[in-house]
Amino acid sequence: MPRRDEMKLNDAVWGALLIFFSAAVLTYVQRFPTIPGQKVGPALFPGLLAVGLAICAVLLIVKGLAARAHGGNRARWAELDGWTRSRRQVIAFFAVIGVNLFYILLVDRVGFVLTGVAYLATLFAIFGVRLKWVVPIALVATLVIHYAFYKLLKVPLPWGFLQGIVW
Amino acid sequence: MSAAWTQAFAMVFEPYNMVVMLAASLFGLFVGAVPGLTATMATALLVPVTFFMAPIPAIAAIVTATAMAIFSGDIPGCLMRMPGTPASAAYTDEAYAMTKKGQAELALGAGLVFSAIGGLFGTAVLILAAPALAEFALKFSSFEYFWLVLMGLTCAVFMTSDRPLKGFVSLLLGLFVACVGLGNPAGYPRFTFGNIELMGGIGMIPMMIGMFAISEIIRFAVDTNPQMKIVDKPIGNVFAGMWGLAKKYPVQILRGSALGTLVGALPGAGADIAAWMSYAISKKMSKEPEKFGTGHVEGIVESGSANNSALAGAWIPALVFGIPGDSITAIVIGVLYMKNMNPGPSLFTNNPQNIYAVYLLFIIANLIMIPLGWWCIKVSKQILKVPRTILMPVIMLFCVVGSFAINNTAFDVTVMLVAGIFAYVLEDNGFPVAPAILGVVLGGMLEENFITSMIKSDGNLLAFVDRPVAATLGGLTLAVWFLPLLMRRLRRLAGA
Repeated sequence: MPRRDEMKLNDAVWGALLIFFSAAVLTYVQRFPTIPGQKVGPALFPGLLAVGLAICAVLLIVKGLAARAHGGNRARWAELDGWTRSRRQVIAFFAVIGVNLFYILLVDRVGFVLTGVAYLATLFAIFGVRLKWVVPIALVATLVIHYAFYKLLKVPLPWGFLQGIVW
Repeated sequence: MSAAWTQAFAMVFEPYNMVVMLAASLFGLFVGAVPGLTATMATALLVPVTFFMAPIPAIAAIVTATAMAIFSGDIPGCLMRMPGTPASAAYTDEAYAMTKKGQAELALGAGLVFSAIGGLFGTAVLILAAPALAEFALKFSSFEYFWLVLMGLTCAVFMTSDRPLKGFVSLLLGLFVACVGLGNPAGYPRFTFGNIELMGGIGMIPMMIGMFAISEIIRFAVDTNPQMKIVDKPIGNVFAGMWGLAKKYPVQILRGSALGTLVGALPGAGADIAAWMSYAISKKMSKEPEKFGTGHVEGIVESGSANNSALAGAWIPALVFGIPGDSITAIVIGVLYMKNMNPGPSLFTNNPQNIYAVYLLFIIANLIMIPLGWWCIKVSKQILKVPRTILMPVIMLFCVVGSFAINNTAFDVTVMLVAGIFAYVLEDNGFPVAPAILGVVLGGMLEENFITSMIKSDGNLLAFVDRPVAATLGGLTLAVWFLPLLMRRLRRLAGA
């Protein structure tokens, strides 16, 4: 099977992160109540998972350190993927995440239609769609999605400040 | 019995259902044919829409769309050397080599016809095996279910990755996600940090949409490979020579279909792994292995049947035990719960008409695949010209609205985004995602059966292997865990 090896973090770094995570979980579950008369409570299962995760984490650290000792392409603590050297891809990556954050934060105030058009237009522009088509296609696609979900499936998509002119 | 069948026929052949199946077919063919859009993603995208349908049309949409997508994934592999779905990746080079030799129609025809045959084979096994297993499973107690789930999760780790350690990490993280919320035997709000939205747990559907769709879109956004060119050669009659192939390779078709069904039924591994394994076996067992890789149809026949039979195979454990056989059925199980068709052996005894309807849906989907697939090959060049720069953002906005639509809460959109980023980062670092999905889907079931068993036995672990079936399942699970280690040790001893 082909394997895409774009190691970003050395296994040992992952191990360290996971140890920290499982320690946090183990500490936190101590606060869970016990059920009177029972030996098992809500803390048992996540507690066992955290122990399992900690064991895996130790093994990952061992593997990661061994890889570093042997050298080779996994020797560094952290390595960036090839795409991070391309400006266009870096912008695209942050845009994909950014438009979603923008949507989550603003959709209730601004309304679905306007947010949707801005969302799509931004991505079209960054992905290199011809500029004169960016806004028209964004508008049509947003209206189609709005029609399908709001009208046909009755999903209450927010109107935001277009509330007054609901159609 | 016959009353249930009549009911099943009535539900399936209802006009509304037929229209849904046709629409889902076109959707599935399109999604499969566009590189970067997978069959699992098709399922995730369908969920928000099926949410508003009756149970049978909802299942019909998923069954048809996935069957079509796994076939049509062959098309761009053949014409552009780019698999449309991961399930076609195993033989993409082979198919492309055939196209360059001017045999595109033979490669595509074999993909289509033997996909349908493999799909029907898997369906036959589903029809025969599932009810028998369900009857057996009726006697299961929490001990058997505990081992069964644990065995399923173990299989998922070893089947989906050549790096079991990272598979285990992924699985444990998935199980951990399943712990969030009130849904535990004690009903205590765990890891909610006072957030009301987290009380009900992390929404499975938005998370799946994130892991399967958003992560793909991120991957598209950072893809530095320029779009490859479509081979511009006319495609002849795809059905010519198919009968000859069926007569020449009957063993390969049977072997591919059987292996595919089995791999599909094993938790975690789906159509893609079935295709890789069967292509490798085909080459190993072939009388002319030297022709593989040069545009030889034999491997396509075998693994093309394998990937479609895996789809049906995956439904066996999903329907009988609620343990998904692949990532598609992981989503399906979520849909079944939403539709009050909770998977498990009682589904077979209480509502047999629903199960019969699922059988019929599979048969119809694989039959209509032949004419629709033929048509899809005809228009494939137009489909492949749809600019992905427009398609991907639109799909992402659709995902956002779809995630919102399940519970009408913006919180689910956040869940989708976070899950998408997580899946991307994990995969990028060599952690397989499939075990995490299984962990999330099965976490609740594993914990419930574990805690129930612990309470029943008063904490005595020996009770877990007290019943013969439980002991067998337990033994098998431990064997899967320790066999690879033992084998390595033995090999080392033998070497020394």
